[in-house]
Amino acid sequence: MSTTAPAGEFRTCPTTGLKVHKAADALIKANAVVATVALLIGGIAAILVLLTRWQAVHLLDAVWFYRILTVHGMNMLIFFILFFEMAVLYFASAVILSSRVATPKFGWVAFALMVIGMGMVEWTMFTGRADVLFTSYVPLRAHPLFYLGVILFAVGAIIVTAVFFGTIVIAKREKTYEGSVPLVTFGAITAAIIAAITLLHGAAIYIPTFIWSINPEWLTVDPEVYRMVWWGLGHSSQQINVAAMVSIWYLLGALTVGAVVVNEKISRTAFVLYILFISMASAHHLLVDPGFGPAWKIVNTSYFMYMAVLASMLHGFTVPAGIEMGMRLRGFTQGIFGWLRRAPWGDPGFSSLVLSVVIFGFVGGITGVTFGTEQINIIAHNTLRIPGHFHATVVSGTAMAFMGITYYLIPLIFRKKVAFYGMARWQPYVFSIGMLIFSLSMTFAGSFGVPRRHWDITFTGAPFDVAFSPAVDLLLGIMAIGGLLGAVGGGMYILITVWSVFFGKPLGDDCTDVALAGTVPPGVYNRPFLELPTEDVELEEHGKLGMMPGTMILVMIFLVAFIVYYFANWKLLSAMWQIG
Amino acid sequence: MHTTGVTSPERIWWKPAHKSEKIWATIAFIWCMVLFAMMPLWHFRGGQNPSGIRARVDPVAYRARYDQFVADYQVGTENGIPVVAPPAGAEVYLLGQMWQWTPILQLQQGSEYTLHLSSWDVNHGFNLYPFNVNFQVVPGYDYGLRVTPTEAGDYRIVCNEFCGVGHHLMVGKILVTEAGGQP
Repeated sequence: MSTTAPAGEFRTCPTTGLKVHKAADALIKANAVVATVALLIGGIAAILVLLTRWQAVHLLDAVWFYRILTVHGMNMLIFFILFFEMAVLYFASAVILSSRVATPKFGWVAFALMVIGMGMVEWTMFTGRADVLFTSYVPLRAHPLFYLGVILFAVGAIIVTAVFFGTIVIAKREKTYEGSVPLVTFGAITAAIIAAITLLHGAAIYIPTFIWSINPEWLTVDPEVYRMVWWGLGHSSQQINVAAMVSIWYLLGALTVGAVVVNEKISRTAFVLYILFISMASAHHLLVDPGFGPAWKIVNTSYFMYMAVLASMLHGFTVPAGIEMGMRLRGFTQGIFGWLRRAPWGDPGFSSLVLSVVIFGFVGGITGVTFGTEQINIIAHNTLRIPGHFHATVVSGTAMAFMGITYYLIPLIFRKKVAFYGMARWQPYVFSIGMLIFSLSMTFAGSFGVPRRHWDITFTGAPFDVAFSPAVDLLLGIMAIGGLLGAVGGGMYILITVWSVFFGKPLGDDCTDVALAGTVPPGVYNRPFLELPTEDVELEEHGKLGMMPGTMILVMIFLVAFIVYYFANWKLLSAMWQIG
Repeated sequence: MHTTGVTSPERIWWKPAHKSEKIWATIAFIWCMVLFAMMPLWHFRGGQNPSGIRARVDPVAYRARYDQFVADYQVGTENGIPVVAPPAGAEVYLLGQMWQWTPILQLQQGSEYTLHLSSWDVNHGFNLYPFNVNFQVVPGYDYGLRVTPTEAGDYRIVCNEFCGVGHHLMVGKILVTEAGGQP
């Protein structure tokens, strides 16, 4: 038992009955608040970048465009996502396991390091000392404090993962739970292991680059080696996001509709596949690079990446299957899709979950695997198809899931009502549909060869003219509308969360009146995860479609879309010049 | 009893999967094998592969080869950039630097060339417009791609890797003449 932590250090959550360590509360709050600040900075940068790439507006000049693009990438992909993931790690360990946080002081040291690192990077970026974009490919050279800031930030993040593992050990030793760790915690453990691998790649590349940036004569950093090791950080970090996002899918499923884990073995094996195969899969960023041969490229993309793809396809089945089964166990057994029709579509936690799963899979997943094919990469590399792909994974997938879980973190951790709940019901739809339009039009514009990371695709002042098809102008206009809609959704999220946290009505110990007021997401006061059937309820089979007929049909639609898109790209490729 | 994502399962959770899950896992695995098989298959049966001849090269040495190439086959000048018409089968050297592609190439439809790509300074990106063909151009590395222009036309090379504030100025040109036509 928790003899080492006085009872006064805990509070009991009146809503869920979970015992929450107050240190965990505070650390989650601090990390989530800074994550939101980064999201705001990155979001404003996003609007500026968008309004520049929309050639009809072309807002920023070239210098500020690349500067703000660097700001956008760093704040969104590094600071927002990782600070939020730190909060998720504390939640998945201390809160879900009702444990105390191992060495909260180290948690605060890590937080301080990350904030200082972020401050250094922001300063170098905004003062024009780091116009090198997110990837900072050498020999482009930024101010040494840019690299040092990233290093400090990474050291902080690695300390948090150590605190996370310490907390898991403490929970086990102090027997705060029985049996095995819950699936969400298991997923978070895989995210933390991938984080450790990722951050080691980060150290391996940023430390020499930092030394080189002080004086290039001290050390040479090979540009191709940089690209290889950097992507061990740059892509693997996206796999932290995926593992964290999938954990949140299971968490949101449990909180909103009492989704069950159909089979622990399948879901957990899928998480382990992420760990085993993901850092080599970074090779798909180097498919049209001069440094590597075809065997190296094929082995790393096929063998390693496709086993991670398999993992995502498994989660893509088990998450909806768990929702379907959870709904069916509660009596929504009508027809094949009755469970889906009668799902709580007005609960922002639930709608975020579904939108995140669907767009991550259908848009982000399919485009990603297709572009990551050795030869198809020839018609995708560095075009707008690439940001089209990853905005569907990282934004419509990961960020949407993070937003969804926030609607539960606010009442559970911040102990506040969700403000403007009517707006919150709409927020996931506005954000997600906006980003969907944005990603799709970017992807299509990219298939015309429109480059990514480019200030002016009218090429003013260039020695030769390049006239893209008029369809490109149209697509970029649609992209801008989608992006602005997504930005409105992001703004709604920031308004709701900031208002709730700083000016929201505190929740009392009695949640009944809160439930009546209708301001807390229903999944929380309905306590669906406490209402599980106490004995195994076997479900009737629906003929050939099995026990989860709706999910079976949905994944088959997904497979068909995947096959069509994949082979359409081979067809497109075969029309190019002969290259070998 | 069914568990959710936030409840602890029994200590031994390695239990047989449901039939639906087994079916989907099998289908997904087979599809991943198809994805794998397509890449080696295309090396044997397809016409577009990013293999090439790859070697490390000192930018100074690459520049010397480029200078020799221009001296050997230059036929004119456009916008101050040399226009070069190499014979079929020649080794062709394209140089990327802040912020231009040199030289302008005149190639013949249906002839094979070895197109060498490298950079003088930072990373650049080779994007062939209006065909959407893309390769990474890395300083210190020579990427020799065997290319056969399949269609005649007036092509552009757009830089698609960020290379500094003049990135958008970096546009090159390749002219492909019809087979047997005038260069």
